[in-house]
Amino acid sequence: MDSYFSILFTEVYKILFLLVPVLVSVAMIVWLDRRVWAFVQKRRGPNVVGPFGLFQSLADALKYIFKEIIIPASSNKLVFVLAPVVTMTLALISWAVIPFSEDFVLADINVGILYLFAVSSLGVYGIIMGGWASNSKYPFLGAIRSAAQMVSYEVSIGVIIINVLLCVGSLNLSDIVMAQQNLWFVIPLFPMFVIFFISALAETNRPPFDLPEAEAELVAGYQTEYSGMMYAMFWLGEYANILLMCAMGAVLFLGGWLSPIDIFPFNAIPGPFWLIFKILFLFILFALVKATVPRYRYDQLMKLGWKIFLPFSLFYVVLTSSFLLYFDLLPGK
Amino acid sequence: MIAHSVFFYIFSLIAIVSAVMVTVSKNTVHSVFFLILDFISISCLFIMIGAEFLGMIMLIVYVGAVAVLFLFVVMMLNVAEQKGQWFSSRWDGGTHIPVGLLVSLIIFFELIIVIGGWKYKPDLLNSLSINISTEVTNTRSIGNVLYTDYIHLFQISGMILLVAMIGAIVLTYRERVGVKRQSYVKQISRERDEGVDLVEVEKNKGVKIDA
Repeated sequence: MDSYFSILFTEVYKILFLLVPVLVSVAMIVWLDRRVWAFVQKRRGPNVVGPFGLFQSLADALKYIFKEIIIPASSNKLVFVLAPVVTMTLALISWAVIPFSEDFVLADINVGILYLFAVSSLGVYGIIMGGWASNSKYPFLGAIRSAAQMVSYEVSIGVIIINVLLCVGSLNLSDIVMAQQNLWFVIPLFPMFVIFFISALAETNRPPFDLPEAEAELVAGYQTEYSGMMYAMFWLGEYANILLMCAMGAVLFLGGWLSPIDIFPFNAIPGPFWLIFKILFLFILFALVKATVPRYRYDQLMKLGWKIFLPFSLFYVVLTSSFLLYFDLLPGK
Repeated sequence: MIAHSVFFYIFSLIAIVSAVMVTVSKNTVHSVFFLILDFISISCLFIMIGAEFLGMIMLIVYVGAVAVLFLFVVMMLNVAEQKGQWFSSRWDGGTHIPVGLLVSLIIFFELIIVIGGWKYKPDLLNSLSINISTEVTNTRSIGNVLYTDYIHLFQISGMILLVAMIGAIVLTYRERVGVKRQSYVKQISRERDEGVDLVEVEKNKGVKIDA
């Protein structure tokens, strides 16, 4: 029993050591997103609170904490309260399997990539629950849109993951990174990387695919009835999900914690920093896309997902597997 | 091992209670939420016995896709209007009760057969034609069996699913009249000659458009 508790304490310590930086970086990433967005549009962005406006997110969080939480009278109260909690929890638990370096990973499970995929596909429930429980038109429409959108783009993300797995021969995330020691998968699977990036935008409801919360049509989509800390939790969960998608892209295609070239000044930098650089790079791309691309129409979104991405990535699975088979490169023999 | 059994009982309790709540709760959407909870706790049980691949696939397929569509349909149909009418024999000629009873009887007898076979013939488990090795990960061992010995069954089940999918599309597809569809090819391949017409306009005469 004693050893059980000591294991429990070390695990809790490790989890806190991972989650607190993730939460802080989510707050920072919101600031970065707004800054990049502002710079593209030749504005200044948040620059008042703290140096360069770095504490803007903290100020926002304080504001949200002290705001009143309003629960609509006609809502389904339990589900209404549960929805942001589900979003936030799901966004955080998936960080358990992200490998920051060879020995710095919370849970090095065999089916890591499936776990990531499963948790990201559960993310839709927070949105559906929030939209349904609000018992009002705009949230419901937003939730329905979002569910359809996320389910559609998950399909192509799944097929893209299959492409990577064909080259690795393992579902373990550390194995996926180690398989990229000689060549990052972004080079042979470049079209898949592009499609993954776009699908990740759609999966996290980012512009240009932010139809679930399209202001002009749906007020704020599924978040319309939320206020105060509950709204903030939705928001944090969304950004944590975006970071997670960036981390997933970095692990699958950009070689995770590996340095780009294995020579001195580069490989002296520890692995976690490389992973963070890559996540930041992908996130800045996300922010640039948000700043530059206009919103898609819903039918175009569906057409893109089902009629272009899905067939193309399926074709690429055939291409990858036949290439590997022909040149006898199939892993895991 | 204590922790293991504690978690086992927690997950099984959640699974059983939520399975009961699926049928008991009056709100249909709540039923689906309980169904999802049931799926999740059962996949946790799968993971606990070391079948992590099955557990994850269960999460991805059932919770991530099937239950979402379920929820979708239930929310869209607004079943709340029919609340309480399901079990009164007046509604729809009362055809639901006999069919439901038949289906549940069949499932009940199937359960008896399965549990009976496992209880009274324990050597059934040892009669498997393939020995399960504990050295490779279970993802790999499933793949080894599924794509070699059972490839035909696997392909046939895939075909059945494909046929079911096409059938569903055919059943619900209806051709709508007067829908304007966007064709990227058509839009991109438009030339200047088709789109623009240069007209000499005479003074004080004007032009007839769409002539």
